[in-house]
Amino acid sequence: MSSLIDNTNKMSYQERKNIVHIVGSLLITGTYFWYITQSGPAPDLSTEELLKFWAKSLLVLIPVSIVGKIIVHIVFSITNAIATRDHKIPPTDERDKLIELRASRNASWIFGAGFIIAMGALVMDASVTAMFVVLICGGLLSEIFDNASQLYFHRRGI
Amino acid sequence: MSKSFLSNNIRTLRFHNNEMTQQQLADAVGVSRQTIVAIEKGKYSPSLELAFRLAAAFNTPIQDVFTYTPEK
Repeated sequence: MSSLIDNTNKMSYQERKNIVHIVGSLLITGTYFWYITQSGPAPDLSTEELLKFWAKSLLVLIPVSIVGKIIVHIVFSITNAIATRDHKIPPTDERDKLIELRASRNASWIFGAGFIIAMGALVMDASVTAMFVVLICGGLLSEIFDNASQLYFHRRGI
Repeated sequence: MSKSFLSNNIRTLRFHNNEMTQQQLADAVGVSRQTIVAIEKGKYSPSLELAFRLAAAFNTPIQDVFTYTPEK
């Protein structure tokens, strides 16, 4: 446990933040996805009703994600301040902004690939549910890749 | 990651400037300590403005802080 704390202390604030955001994204999207699959959709829904169900689920995911991430960030800030005894949040400088931009570009590629795979699934006669599952997974993967890219660039250089 | 032809002697200059710490230099030029670490290790090439601010922090011409050696 002490070596874990030592290793965490050696990480910069940005690196710790990215790890927390990866875990947060997995938890938030995973929990929400589990919740909507538990509550529906019913197997006998028409295509139109299925589309409405998934469209509503995706629209609700947006504010749920935002609120979830704010909570995760607040908890991380408090925990980080207690663990490191440093109440100052490091400023975002030019290197951090460059890393964010490059990571965001990488994430866009992943999201685009997820979208194309989702459309391809429809063309290959997959169900509407499968298409939306692929879209959600693509979105989640692009978010994880964004934070993972930032972590990589912070560690290895840019 | 592409190879950088930019080298610097920021660490040496810090030592000769009252053994300035990385944090002190970072505060002087307005970046994080991690950015200073990355520049010293050659893992990040600063912008022109930051390079000039670093030179100004040491009261030294920029060519004495950074050296560009293109590959032949």
